[in-house]
Amino acid sequence: MWINFLFVGIGGFAGAVSRFAMSKAFNKKVSFPFGTLTVNLLGSFLLGMIVGAKVNEMIALLFGTGFLGAFTTFSTMKLELTQLYLKNKKNFLLYIIITYIGGITLTFFGYLIGMIC
Amino acid sequence: MVYLYVGMAGACGAMLRYFIGITLLTGSLFPWATLITNLAGSFLLAWLSTSLFKRISISPSVAIAISTGFVGSFTTFSTLSVETIQLFENQHILVGVVYILASLVGGLFMSRLGFKGGK
Repeated sequence: MWINFLFVGIGGFAGAVSRFAMSKAFNKKVSFPFGTLTVNLLGSFLLGMIVGAKVNEMIALLFGTGFLGAFTTFSTMKLELTQLYLKNKKNFLLYIIITYIGGITLTFFGYLIGMIC
Repeated sequence: MVYLYVGMAGACGAMLRYFIGITLLTGSLFPWATLITNLAGSFLLAWLSTSLFKRISISPSVAIAISTGFVGSFTTFSTLSVETIQLFENQHILVGVVYILASLVGGLFMSRLGFKGGK
């Protein structure tokens, strides 16, 4: 039981640090949150693969729940949307559409690839 | 140093999300745990960023650790995507659509609430 929390924690540590590094690299001086978008799309694809491949529980906890769960984020995306809504309504809509449709489509492809592998 | 703080806070956020996931309404078809986690985190992040961190004196590293690290890892997008695909795969199309809409609209509402509460 406690080992599960440890695995999720280690994965979460690495996932948060990776997301922070990505947002520092991508979110600079542009009016569109490419950093968060990239982590959310990439993370959704990879989690789809892990779930599709039916990996063992410990790997799922470490890489899935821990790493990819923390690498992707929902709260930052919503805060960025709230801020975009006040500044640029077109980018607000674009960000919603690419995140949700792109994220779910990529997860589906990841899932299919995971099942084949 | 800020990377270490973000990592430690991120580990805590991920573990709390996991704890809620294995304890809250686990028998339900609808992914309540992820939805509640994501909505609560959206409110919290907006409120912290626009209000609390501007009112109290707090070091920038600690503020980033709590917001980007803890709340950022507590909430998740990849799980939401996978749960939606699994609902679709198991023919629960309507539940999947309701889940997406509740996340999309509910998350915006909660973030706006935190944002306005902070102003």
